[in-house]
Amino acid sequence: MAASQIPHSSDNRSPEDRPPEDRREPALDRRYLRPSVFWSIRQGFPGWLQVTLVAVSLAIPILIWASLSYGQFVDARFLPTPSAVIVRGFSMLLEGDLIVDIFASSARVIAGFSFAALVGIPVGLAMGTFYSMDSLLGGFVRTARYLPIAAFVPLIIIWAGIDEASKIIIIFLGIVFYNATMIADAVKFIPNETLNVAYTLGATRWDVVRRVILPATLPSILDTLRVNIAGAWNFLVLSELIAAENGLGFTIVRSQRYLQTDRAMFCILVICMIGLATDFAFKLLFRLWLPWADSKMS
Amino acid sequence: MQFPTTIPPKEQPSELPVPKLEIRNLTKVFGQGKQRITAVDDVSLSLAPNEFSCIVGPSGCGKSTLLSIAAGLSKATSGKILVDGAPVPGPGADRGMVFQNYTLFPWLSVAENVAFGLRLKGMAKAELNRRVAHYLDIVGLSGSAKAYPKALSGGMKQRVAIARALANDPEVLLMDEPFGALDSQTKEQLQSFFHDLWAKSHITVLMITHDVEEAIFLSQRVHIMDKTGQLHETITIDLPTHRELDMKLTREFLDYKRHIVHALR
Repeated sequence: MAASQIPHSSDNRSPEDRPPEDRREPALDRRYLRPSVFWSIRQGFPGWLQVTLVAVSLAIPILIWASLSYGQFVDARFLPTPSAVIVRGFSMLLEGDLIVDIFASSARVIAGFSFAALVGIPVGLAMGTFYSMDSLLGGFVRTARYLPIAAFVPLIIIWAGIDEASKIIIIFLGIVFYNATMIADAVKFIPNETLNVAYTLGATRWDVVRRVILPATLPSILDTLRVNIAGAWNFLVLSELIAAENGLGFTIVRSQRYLQTDRAMFCILVICMIGLATDFAFKLLFRLWLPWADSKMS
Repeated sequence: MQFPTTIPPKEQPSELPVPKLEIRNLTKVFGQGKQRITAVDDVSLSLAPNEFSCIVGPSGCGKSTLLSIAAGLSKATSGKILVDGAPVPGPGADRGMVFQNYTLFPWLSVAENVAFGLRLKGMAKAELNRRVAHYLDIVGLSGSAKAYPKALSGGMKQRVAIARALANDPEVLLMDEPFGALDSQTKEQLQSFFHDLWAKSHITVLMITHDVEEAIFLSQRVHIMDKTGQLHETITIDLPTHRELDMKLTREFLDYKRHIVHALR
């Protein structure tokens, strides 16, 4: 629907709207950039089209799901209908177990994510700031980023047991190296002049770290955390798949055993909703806390 | 027409009072072997207290390198920087600097930017606020005290940067093409503004510019650097101390301009 407008979008004013001397058809000349609404690159985008496209992109998968399940192209045991998933979800919420699962999983994510932030932010700042720290820590951190954490899960369980500790360690290891490298890169994007002017105002190195590098990278730190919390949920599910007594990932595995696809799908939806909510919370925090920054977040 | 010209090596600093800033036999070499480039070649110059001097030169002549070394932000291959006769090893609040671009801290309001250096010194709150208000008033930005830099125009940003450097009370103010990125109207306004400011405060200023008129208008002496990184010539600008923009059209001014433009060719 939207795509069909492309050929006609070369001029969106009708001839009557143009001043008289301008009432010729514009030459289709290769010398000039042809206007486009749909393929606009940083030249503005109409709100209605944005809303439409977002709605389309969300509606298509739901439509496919609905037509496959309601149309009974797929066995309901493999692919329950959307309404069945929602009905099942409500009964899970009423039974109360789901609330326990949500709290258990959220607590693990918050713990693992917080440790990863607590370690990753200072390590990243140090790596980005000092050549020495970049050499000392960077080699290890950048290498560790490519370690397949999923492959470490059995080892982590041997080392840390099957209690909460192992799950938090899995989440921590899954994202801490990304936190550090992304923040280190953000520090390197601070213009030299910004640091130099601080020195000429009498700043010591410590002043520069605390009063220039830290505030200058805050937007990127927040952005990094926002992106990596999605990773934290991934590693949570991974950790709960192996060994757990509760949690959303655990419930998904148990649902598989009894072929309760509706339960599993509702749990996935819940994780998705929590993810959207935290994403929104980070954006809100960004806007309230860092009004000076131009938001790079969309 | 002949100008009083001094060639740097013949200059005798000992005959003068102790210079505020002295650059002594400064050489900066980048790279090694075949890629070896001499950016600054044995440059010596000094600024008397309260003097305003400019360095002009073609782009790539090493004038920015020179200023950055004077500020202590890069190391010289050889030579010395002295403030009040004492060598300085690194950057410090005694040599304030105004850059061409990017130097307001975007996370601080205009007033907080001006207060940055004062806060580092641990200045008492009341005194600090008074000083910030004073310098914002001088640059005509009291009304924007609470604004963030992203809300300011280029000319306003540069006025804040100047206020921030001045509020810190440096011995010497170093300026690296501070008006270079501005449109010509704003540029002339700021030149005039800055000349008046200097005439009132009598701080010592060393400024780099590629704009010959700007150099003559603001300076008491103009140092000309050439492509080889050497100091080619120093010209004393013998114009009245009080200067207005119209002066740029006078005979004497144009004579200076002609001389410098020829020297730069």
